[in-house]
Amino acid sequence: MAKRKTALTVLAFISPWLLGLGVFTLYPVVASFYYSLCDYSVLQPARFIGAANYADLMSDEVFWQGLRNTAYYAAFALPLGLIVSLGLALLLNTGVRGMALYRTFFFLPALVPLVALAVLWLWIFNGEQGVLNYLLSLLGVRGPGWLADPRWTKPALVIAGTWGVGQAIVIYLARLQDVPVHLYEAADLDGAGWWAKIRHVTLPMISPVILFNLIMGIIGTLQYFTVPYVMTPQGQPARAAYFYIMYLYDNAFVYLKMGYASAMAWILFVIIVALTALALRLTARHVHYEGQ
Amino acid sequence: MKARNTVAHTAIHAVLGLGSLVFLFPLLWMISTSLKPIEETMRVPPQWLPSHFLWRNYYDAVMYGHKILGYIPFLEYAKNTLLLAALGVTGTVLANALVAYGFARFRFRGREALFGVTLATMMIPFPVLMVPLFGLFRGLGWIGTFKPLWIPAWFGSAFNIFLLRQFFLTIPRDLTDAAIVDGCSELAAFRHIIVPLSKPALAVVALFHFLYAWNDFLGPLIYLTDQKMFTLSLGLQFYQSQHGGTEWNLLMAAATMVVLPIIVLFFFTQRTFIQGIAITGLKG
Repeated sequence: MAKRKTALTVLAFISPWLLGLGVFTLYPVVASFYYSLCDYSVLQPARFIGAANYADLMSDEVFWQGLRNTAYYAAFALPLGLIVSLGLALLLNTGVRGMALYRTFFFLPALVPLVALAVLWLWIFNGEQGVLNYLLSLLGVRGPGWLADPRWTKPALVIAGTWGVGQAIVIYLARLQDVPVHLYEAADLDGAGWWAKIRHVTLPMISPVILFNLIMGIIGTLQYFTVPYVMTPQGQPARAAYFYIMYLYDNAFVYLKMGYASAMAWILFVIIVALTALALRLTARHVHYEGQ
Repeated sequence: MKARNTVAHTAIHAVLGLGSLVFLFPLLWMISTSLKPIEETMRVPPQWLPSHFLWRNYYDAVMYGHKILGYIPFLEYAKNTLLLAALGVTGTVLANALVAYGFARFRFRGREALFGVTLATMMIPFPVLMVPLFGLFRGLGWIGTFKPLWIPAWFGSAFNIFLLRQFFLTIPRDLTDAAIVDGCSELAAFRHIIVPLSKPALAVVALFHFLYAWNDFLGPLIYLTDQKMFTLSLGLQFYQSQHGGTEWNLLMAAATMVVLPIIVLFFFTQRTFIQGIAITGLKG
């Protein structure tokens, strides 16, 4: 009797999630994999076609272009974001006066909803009246056409994206402030300079957060959608800013090739898992976990 | 040594000051543009500040197209967004608190496995779920309604369950044990003892879901069909795609209206915000 009552109590607490996990996550995962093997338009029942979607993708030039664009974006946005956020967090952690105020300034852009961010940067990057090119002209630089020039759309998106790294700054700073003071004191006794302390004390102590931010960054940039969808519709010009998820979205909801889109989603999933595993593996020797 | 320190500190302030300017400038430029008459937005070199504050831009942006549409678009967008946020936040807090407490407090068969599966689902990118969810919601007749955008929140989410479970684990069991010996039910003990103690953690979950609802673009883009039901994010994108490239002052006024409430919210809830972000980074 008592046991049954406990079981009912447990069920009362966790039943929402049992349903949610099943209906909104596990069922879609299984169905999505099945659909990736089907010709499926949502209007008609799915028709099994084996691995044809995957085979078609391999010879789909737009698929590769989307993947290349996304890889390019990640290859620049991730390191730049890391350097800017970690650099600013380290400076904020030097005990300067006004730290909280600076932190607020750096964090505010991270609060800007993505659609608003995209709309705002459309204006800044405007080729003729854009304020950025005017500021560049003050430095004697003739600014490019940014969003009108296929060579400059991706760099423009990298800049707009880096503007919103405030969240990472706050995360780094929180962790930096937890580094025990006695470690720095010990380093001082050993005659360590500023850089030596950062390299041998600070970075190892915050390495788990750097890794965490890196992995979240990989997952986020591979799914980059809202900002380019607004700033460079269809990735135009020349589809130079057509990213993986934009093509996936168009396949699913514009062309109604839902099976094809599901196959793309699964390829993305595999890429994310592989890159995460790679990141964990490559950093395993450098990431320092407390208590190890 | 002292002199070197002063030099170093001046240099640090210079870098941080310049950085602040770079980070703040786009926001200031947005606000400045939003208050200018149209001809002042087109000047080269740019006019940094409006000659006078044209508040009418905000009125015009909010009211655009209301005669043809028969309703005031941005007012509807704001109402829809707030409604979705309220429904979503309520569900998120209730469901995740209950489930997370279930995981933290009770031992039951398969608990570790279920929790492991829960954590693993965090790795699944949304596009994997997108097509079957669309099919499911379509089958239920939910496309073109708000339902796909708030009902799932009432069933919990892996990340919030994880976050709250970690918090609940730090609360000593004795606190509820005594009440239960006195004949209080687990649910009542949870409600009257655990929930009041957990307000800071619940506030983080609520705040972050509110931001999510305010920000979400892909969800509304997929599920909403009628312009009158658009959220602010979707409405702003729609407005931009219709009016972009010409009336930058009105567009910036519209963008400011989407951004400003979040910034105001931030200033009122700064501690919860900073704590919440710090917690999310501690998973690593």
